[in-house]
Amino acid sequence: MKKVFGRPKSMKDTIFHYCAGCGHSIAHRLIAEVIDELDIRDITIGVPPAGCAVLAYNYFDVDMIEAQHGRGPAMATGIKRVLPDRIVFSYQGDGDLAAIGIAESFHAANRGENITVIFINNAVYGMTGGQMAPTSILNQKTTTSPAGRKSLLDGHPIRISEVFTLLPGTAYIERCTVNSPASILKTKKSIRKAFQYQIDGRGFSLVEILSPCPTNWKMTPVESCRWIDEVMTKEFPLGVMKDLPAVEQKTGEKTP
Amino acid sequence: MKGHITIDKELCKECHLCIQSCKKGLISPSREYNSRGYRPVCFSEEGGECTGCALCAITCPDIAIEVYRE
Repeated sequence: MKKVFGRPKSMKDTIFHYCAGCGHSIAHRLIAEVIDELDIRDITIGVPPAGCAVLAYNYFDVDMIEAQHGRGPAMATGIKRVLPDRIVFSYQGDGDLAAIGIAESFHAANRGENITVIFINNAVYGMTGGQMAPTSILNQKTTTSPAGRKSLLDGHPIRISEVFTLLPGTAYIERCTVNSPASILKTKKSIRKAFQYQIDGRGFSLVEILSPCPTNWKMTPVESCRWIDEVMTKEFPLGVMKDLPAVEQKTGEKTP
Repeated sequence: MKGHITIDKELCKECHLCIQSCKKGLISPSREYNSRGYRPVCFSEEGGECTGCALCAITCPDIAIEVYRE
């Protein structure tokens, strides 16, 4: 019998520290599979975030360099400008990218840096115990909004992908999820496309992944997958937000 | 036998997402514990034949499932 599915080569033989049913581990595997398929393992440099995925360098068998909290895109910019022949990706959560690191992410996107950002949106601060994040949904109960998030007091959930589409530097932005086999396969295609855009030098690409966090949502993994379908995708609609055609990119100034 | 899966019991964290994804219902919870205190799922072909579709492995967050096909 032939082996048709197993651990990707770019993934170390280590047990994930993530909780049962966490979307981070699925996203990790998809990135590793894409790195294998594109055969860019030797030239890839990853930037893990602060947050649950802070130990991502224990799992990826590629070069990784830890960034300060939220400064992933800034560090990725530096790496990409010094080593333009490398493939650089920044892996960030919503507390990292949408809260403390919004300035770095926003300006890296606006400059059109030729990097790939994988943005995991699970609507809470996972590592610190499920506090309200900028992406928490209205009426969502978290440890710092026990009665549910109220727009008058806490503002509205921020839709990063939609905001970034307005920036002229971005080339490819898509929002997807990892709550079913079909959506996982679709997410893999999006990640592959984002990496391909970077290889082609077309500019900033971002893939937002709606990811289940069963522990902090106080649900079972199966319930949290359903919650993404029933509640989260209503606030964060899935789909390609921006996909610049190649022709338009060629006429513009070349990104550094 | 068209397909076959192996489940690494030490990697499984009993999230049960694979049970949901298996269209043939061949994966079920078990009562035994692994060394990390989880009760891993088990695979049996009593209820039907595994086609090796790999949906369980695609869903598994912990890469505990390997799929083999003829």
